[in-house]
Amino acid sequence: MTEEYLKHEYDVVVIGAGGAGLRAAIEAARSGAKTAIITKSLLGKAHTVMAEGGCAAALQNADPRDGWKVHFHDTMKGSKWLADWRMAEYHAKEAPDRVRELEQWGAVFDRTPKQLINQRNFGGHTFPRLAHVGDSTGLEIIRTLQERGIHEGIDIFMEYTVRHLLKEGDRVTGCVAYTRVDGEFHAFSAKSVILATGGITRCWSVCSGSWEYTGDGHALAMWAGAELRDMEFIQFHPTGMVWPPSVRGILVTEGVRGEGGRLTNSEGERFMFDYVPEMFKGDHAESIEESDKWVEEVVSGKLATVRRPPELLTRDVVAKAIKAEVGAGRGSEHGGAYLDISHRGPEAIKKKLPSMYHQFMELAGVDITKDKMEVGPTAHYVMGGILVNAETQESTVPGLYACGEAASGLHGANRLGGNSLSDLITFGKRAGEFASKRSKDLAQPSIDETQVQNAIEEMIQPLNKEGGENPGVIYDEMREMMQNKVGIIRTKKELEEAIEELNAFKERAHASFPGTSRRYNSGWHQALDLINMADVSIACALAALTREESRGGHTREDMPIPEDEYWGKTLNIIWMEEGKVKIRQEPVEEMRDDLKDAIKEVKDMIAERAEEQAGGGK
Amino acid sequence: MSLKGKKQAFKVARGEDGETKLQDYEITLDEGMVVLDCIHRIQHEKEPDMAVRWNCKAGKCGSCSAEINGRPRLMCMTRMSDVVAETPEGQPIEIRPMKAFPHIKDLVTDVQWNYDIAQKIAPINGPNEMNWEFNQMEADRVQHFRECIECFLCVNTCHVLRDHEMFDDFAGPRNLVRLAQYEMHPLDTEDRIPEIKKEFGIEYCNITRCCTEVCPAGIQITDDAIIQLKERVVDRYYDPLQRIWRTITRKKVRY
Repeated sequence: MTEEYLKHEYDVVVIGAGGAGLRAAIEAARSGAKTAIITKSLLGKAHTVMAEGGCAAALQNADPRDGWKVHFHDTMKGSKWLADWRMAEYHAKEAPDRVRELEQWGAVFDRTPKQLINQRNFGGHTFPRLAHVGDSTGLEIIRTLQERGIHEGIDIFMEYTVRHLLKEGDRVTGCVAYTRVDGEFHAFSAKSVILATGGITRCWSVCSGSWEYTGDGHALAMWAGAELRDMEFIQFHPTGMVWPPSVRGILVTEGVRGEGGRLTNSEGERFMFDYVPEMFKGDHAESIEESDKWVEEVVSGKLATVRRPPELLTRDVVAKAIKAEVGAGRGSEHGGAYLDISHRGPEAIKKKLPSMYHQFMELAGVDITKDKMEVGPTAHYVMGGILVNAETQESTVPGLYACGEAASGLHGANRLGGNSLSDLITFGKRAGEFASKRSKDLAQPSIDETQVQNAIEEMIQPLNKEGGENPGVIYDEMREMMQNKVGIIRTKKELEEAIEELNAFKERAHASFPGTSRRYNSGWHQALDLINMADVSIACALAALTREESRGGHTREDMPIPEDEYWGKTLNIIWMEEGKVKIRQEPVEEMRDDLKDAIKEVKDMIAERAEEQAGGGK
Repeated sequence: MSLKGKKQAFKVARGEDGETKLQDYEITLDEGMVVLDCIHRIQHEKEPDMAVRWNCKAGKCGSCSAEINGRPRLMCMTRMSDVVAETPEGQPIEIRPMKAFPHIKDLVTDVQWNYDIAQKIAPINGPNEMNWEFNQMEADRVQHFRECIECFLCVNTCHVLRDHEMFDDFAGPRNLVRLAQYEMHPLDTEDRIPEIKKEFGIEYCNITRCCTEVCPAGIQITDDAIIQLKERVVDRYYDPLQRIWRTITRKKVRY
C-alpha cells in the first residue's frame, strides 16, 4: 500500500535544532542557501539547554596568559592525544570569535570588572576560560541562536522526526520524516544534509541526557553508509544527582567545583588528592591549604599564584575516583560522594549557581548553602560520533555533514568541560558554511519514490500489528542492561554479553506494539527510537570490546592500564554493512610540526608555572 | 514521609482535539518521584500511546507544562510528596493539559502561537564591533529575563488570553518578557515602544500578577518586565514634557 506524503525542496537541510544545528542553519542561510531545520522537539528545547558551566574560548579576558595554543594543548591532553589535531586547532583559534558573535546576537554573559565577558575555571583548562551565565550557559546560547535564527529566513519544521536519509548513488540527497503530532510523512530533497542530532546517552539508565538523546544522527549516518569513530569513549560526568532515585543522573555542574566545591567521602576525607594520575602530577595542589588559597584567589578575581585543587582534574579521572571510593566502602549514604560548596556562603551560591540551588531544593529537599550534595557518575556525553573532515565537517558520504555531539574528532578519548558549547558554535558554523558552498554547484535532487515508500513502511511497522510488548518496558530494560554491562567500568565478558543482548533487544523492539494511533503516540515514537538506540549501543559495545586497554572515557577492569604503544596511537572506526555493525582500526595521523612546537611551548610554560606555584603554596 | 509502596490514584485527561475525558489510573509510588515519573510509569505499564511532551526532566526546557490538581506547573519539577500532601486522602490526583492553548491529544497542546509572536519582535540591534562593554549590574537587569524556559505557563494563566482569548491583540507575558529583555539590554538601540503599545497590546494587562505566581523560573514578570514596559509606553505617549523634549531634540529618552 502506498502512503501519501508531502515533498519539500531545499539547498541545505539541518536535522536537529540544538546549538550546533541552529548555528549551522544560520550560517547556511546567511550564505544564501535555502535552508530548513527539522527538529523532533519544539524550538529551543534541545539538550543544549542543559549545558550549565560554560563555553570554553581563549578570550583572554579573565587571564591574559591564555591563548589559542594553551587551549589547543589542553584539549589535546584532555583527549589523551587521540583528538583530531586539525579540529582542535580550528576550535582553539575560532571559538573566541564565535563567542563574541553570540554577544552581538544578544547573549548576556557574566562580566569582568573591565566590562567584558567573564570566564570561569573548569577541569583540564589551564586558565579560567569558560564564558558563562551563572550555571545556565546552555540556555543562554540556545535562546540567543534561536532568537537570531528565526530572523534569517530559515524554515523550521518542529516535532518532525527524521528516520531515513535519501541517497542517489553514494551521495545523500535528502531525508524522510514523520510528524509527531499527526503521523504524516514528509520527504525532503536537499543538496546537503547536516546531522546535528546530539548524543546517545539515553542508552544508559543513569544519564544526564534529555529523551532526545537516542542517537538518531549516529544511526542515520551508519544506515547511510557513513563511518563513525571513537564510539567506545563515553563521558561519565563525575557529578550527577544520586538521590532520590527518580532524579538519579541529573547533572550537577562542574561549575560547583570551579567555584571551589570540595569532594569528600563518608570519612570526611578530600579523597581527590589520592587520585592524581601520572600525566597530571605536579600540576595540582598537594594540600588542602593550597587548594583553599587557590579558590580564595580565583573567586576574588585575582590571578592564581598557587595550583588548583585536584577536584578540577579531568572528568574521567574524577568519575573513576568517586566510583573507587564507593567500591572501597567509603561512599555517601546513597552510593556516591559528597560535594560541598556551603563554605562559599548563600549569596555567592545563589548568584553563581542559582539553578543548582533550586534543583537540589526542589528535587531533593537539600539546601546546598547549608548542606552537602550527594553526587555520583552519570552518562553525560559521547566523544565518539560521525567521522568528519576537520575543515568542512563532511562525513565519509558526500553531501552528508555532521556537527556538534553527533560528530566526532575534537574530543578524542575524553572531552574537557566547556569544550562542547564551543564545539557547537565553531563546527556548527563550519558545517553550515561548507554544506551551503557544496549546494551552490548542484541541481535539486529528485525524490526517489521507492526509497520514500520503503522508509514509510519501516516507520509504520510498529503500528501494523495485533499486539505485542509495550516499548516502554524494552526501553527501561535495555537502558538498565547498558548501565550494568557497558557502563563506566567494563569487562570483556560483559561486553560480549551486551552485544548479544542488544541484538535480542532489537528484535523485541521490532515486535513491540504501541497501539495503532498515529496521532502523538509517544509509544510509537519510542518503538522507533529503540531501533537506533540498539544499533548505536552495539557500536559502542563493539568498540569497547575491541579497545583492549583503558583510556579516558573507556575503562576496562580486565585491562586497567593505558597501552600507549598501539592503542595510544590507534582509532576504532565503525560502519555498517547489511545491517551488521563492523569495526576496523586506523592509526592516528602524526601532528603537524608547528603544532608540536606549540604543544612543547605550552608544556614548558605549565611546568615553569607549577614550579613557581608549588613554591607559593608552601 | 516516604511514599514508597503507596498506591496512588490519578485522573488523567485523555482524548483528542479538546474532546477529553478523565481516565482513572492507579500506580505504586517510589521514593522521591515527580509527577512526570508517574505519567511515564502509566505509559510504560499501561498506556504506551498516552501523549505527553517532555525533554529534559530537569526543569530546564519547559516542555512538560500541565495543570496538576488545577494548578499550572511543570510535571518534572512537581514532587509527588507535595501533590499527595495537597490532595485530600483517597482522592485521585488530576492531571490536565494547559487550557489556554488549542488541544492536540491527552496532555499535549499546540503552543505555536507563542513562536508566531516571537517572530514579530525585532531582534537585538547593537554595535557592529565585537567585545561589547557593559558591567555586571547592567547585565543583571537583563539576565533575569533570560532565565525564561518558555514553558508558557504564564501565557496559560493570563486571563487576557485564557478567559478573554485576545490572542490577536496581546503578546502575552512570555513575549513581553522577551521585549523587556531587548529593551533593557544596555547596548541595544532598536525602538520597540510603538509595537509594545499597539501590536503587542501591553495595555490589556491589568497587573493581576497570575503570570508571576506560576513562573517556575521565578521571573518577576509583572514588576520587572510588564510594569517597566508600561511605564515606557506611558512616558512616550502620555507624558507632555517628554513629548516636548523629543520634538525639540529628536532624541529618544535614555532610561
